[in-house]
Amino acid sequence: MSEPFIAALCERIRDHAARKAPLAVRGGGTKDFYGQGCVGEVLDMKPYAGIVAYEPKELVVTVRAGTRLVELESALAAERQMLAFEPPHFGEGATIGGAVAAGLSGPRRAYVGSLRDFVLGTRVVNGKGEDLAFGGRVIKNVAGYDVSRLMAGALGTLGVITEISFKVLPRPAHETTLFFELDEARATEQVNRWAGQPLPLSATAWEAGKLRARLSGAASAVAAAKVRMGGEEIDAGSYWGDLREQRLGFFAPSHALWRLSVPQTAEPMAAGHAQLVEWGGGVRWISGDADAASLRAEAARAGGHATLFRGGDKSVGVFHPLEPAVMKIHRRLKDAFDPAGILNPGRMYAF
Amino acid sequence: MSAVSEVSSNASAIAIRRSTVAAELARVLAPESVLVEREALMPYECDGLSAYRATPLVAVIPADEQEVAAVLAVARATHTPVVARGSGTGLSGGALPHAEGILLSLAKFKRIVAVDPLARLARVQPGVTNLRISQQVAPLGLYYAPDPSSQIACSIGGNVAENSGGVHCLKYGLTVHNILKVRAITIEGDVVDIGSDALDSAGYDLLAIVTGSEGLLAITLEVTVRLLPKPETACVVMASFADVESAGEAVANVIGAGIVPAGLEMMDKLATSAVEGFVHAGYDLEAEAILLAESDGTHEEVAHEIEKMIEVMRASGATQIRCSSNDAERLRFWSGRKAAFPAVGRISPDYYCIDGSIPRGALAKVLKRTEELSERYGLRCANVFHAGDGNLHPLILYDANIPGELETTERFASDILELCIEVGGTITGEHGVGIEKINQMCTQFRPAELAQFHAIKAAFDPEGLLNPGKGVPTLHRCAEYGAMRVKGGALPHPDLPRF
Repeated sequence: MSEPFIAALCERIRDHAARKAPLAVRGGGTKDFYGQGCVGEVLDMKPYAGIVAYEPKELVVTVRAGTRLVELESALAAERQMLAFEPPHFGEGATIGGAVAAGLSGPRRAYVGSLRDFVLGTRVVNGKGEDLAFGGRVIKNVAGYDVSRLMAGALGTLGVITEISFKVLPRPAHETTLFFELDEARATEQVNRWAGQPLPLSATAWEAGKLRARLSGAASAVAAAKVRMGGEEIDAGSYWGDLREQRLGFFAPSHALWRLSVPQTAEPMAAGHAQLVEWGGGVRWISGDADAASLRAEAARAGGHATLFRGGDKSVGVFHPLEPAVMKIHRRLKDAFDPAGILNPGRMYAF
Repeated sequence: MSAVSEVSSNASAIAIRRSTVAAELARVLAPESVLVEREALMPYECDGLSAYRATPLVAVIPADEQEVAAVLAVARATHTPVVARGSGTGLSGGALPHAEGILLSLAKFKRIVAVDPLARLARVQPGVTNLRISQQVAPLGLYYAPDPSSQIACSIGGNVAENSGGVHCLKYGLTVHNILKVRAITIEGDVVDIGSDALDSAGYDLLAIVTGSEGLLAITLEVTVRLLPKPETACVVMASFADVESAGEAVANVIGAGIVPAGLEMMDKLATSAVEGFVHAGYDLEAEAILLAESDGTHEEVAHEIEKMIEVMRASGATQIRCSSNDAERLRFWSGRKAAFPAVGRISPDYYCIDGSIPRGALAKVLKRTEELSERYGLRCANVFHAGDGNLHPLILYDANIPGELETTERFASDILELCIEVGGTITGEHGVGIEKINQMCTQFRPAELAQFHAIKAAFDPEGLLNPGKGVPTLHRCAEYGAMRVKGGALPHPDLPRF
């Protein structure tokens, strides 16, 4: 059943390329809100679903792009394994292909790595309708340019991802959450000090004077870390899942939501705005209407970038403007993969 | 025209070109930074893959970014290829000079620019050696995780070019997982920050594509690496097995038990016997294979993991298990693994190191087939490898002085690499394609994929001046290679025009 779908997909893309007719590549549509907006005929990847190969002892899973994230995660959980980067779903229909295209990672990212770090291989159809395979199902692979990781976060503008191989990890045996009351500057310093010590830290989040730190690992290691770190052990309930899915009160959908990705030790910024800080200080969520230019200037001064993640006025540009020399490479790469400019045009930048 | 006069007219054309390019370079660099004499160029003739040699047109040793930019401007103006070189320890010929090109050494870029202990970052110039970073930050309780065997000498710029690994990749990843930013210069002279000091950047993940690009896309000027806290403790389990298959099975069982060891290495009997006489690591010489499995972390984590690993090894049929009781013993257990290549060099005049990567499940099959090939070609083969991540390093023992033996070795090596592809693996796990594996790229990738690689190259380097002829074969080359290797009556690229 796999090959007829791919053959038809290639044919359709060739046809669109010949007509220069845009395609909006789409999985579950749960991340339609993300990016600059979709144009063109919808290319639905949901039918191309299923786990192609999963060998728990290899720590590798290969999956078709249309597979729902919940399905993949439950198959891994049955073997006590996981996608360590904790991808946000943002809805029941979320697919793994969409997760890779969006390139978003969850609370564990700062401590185990990002989605792209766990991508081992991809099969993609480029804008010329060519069915291509890069990377593979092995942990170490340096043959050819790492196109697979380039696909992560490219928002489908370079190719239609059809299959992905991931490295997966064992689920930690034990998890707990510690609670501290600290202001933002002290909390940021504290989480960075912890990260410089061999502690089984797996997530941090600070909001309004409250710092939560999650520990994951062998029960004995978590217990020993608890003693070293102090604080109050709490039952986090669904907190970390709610943080990942942006279901916490902070993320109330009526406001614009900005995501500032900055060096973890950056000083507190965007004074006067409601904030939630995760990833050991590396991501500062800003809720409410903020001035795009000044947020971007502040993030850039710190060495980072600002994304208008959800809502707000997209005419200011969802993604941080690129330096001209970097933009030149982007345009040429887009042209190298999709010369007719038909794959999700304008979803990321002007091309 | 006779062959001899063709060679000499070619040589005189090169001599003319050498003086033209050298004159241009002399205008922008100090005289001692431009090398043109044959003796001065000799040290640059090859990298760690010494079977391939070429004399560059000119070698330059720029002292700063402005000088690198000036060299690239000369290269553009004179349309001269540029090959960047770090420490020259690469094993795939990635830094092999281009006979009509400039060899650009980054040896003067040796500064650790800044270390930020709280942010756990170090900003270093590309010529800094891998090990120096860890040594420099050791007093802070930090280290840089990727540890290729050549870490004493290899440069971080070369590590970025090759996406180097080491023995701790399964747990700590490759270079691409341990760097945040590369400041690079393109052949067009644009200085670009690829990545950032934050955990991600706007736009495409250019850092992923530049890391491991073998000097074909841009030249690294500075690297920001991530530092990790040094584990509180580490301990290694050494287990013996009566056959290679059960050792392979034990590897799978350790990982199946939910353990991600810091290192998991295998050595076969030929390797351990070569090594034991060299370093006296205390290896079990009766065993057909030994496994070295390391756990690191907090005392509690390590105690827990070691106990579990011993249990799994025993259940997988280990005939002897030993556990390092202190750091000196741990390092002794490792010493043999780390010295494996030079040790094999003692029992054979020459050896050829292979770098295939396979799914762990295919380990037993590949090892068995390698043994059969070894018999067929009449060459011994020692196996030393990163078992935990399926990265094989078979060492073929040969004697270059015996006519034809190098060619036989290359055929043997090529068969092993194609076997890796057949079982779903890859022709290079960590050493890179360079010039060495360029033909096998034709087997691993289809023409459309190779064409996509060339298009990526052109996005960074439209005129193809950076390290041309490496990493990605031309379709023409693949057609010729395919014609040489018809397998089972079928050409690997039936849809390609033949020349």
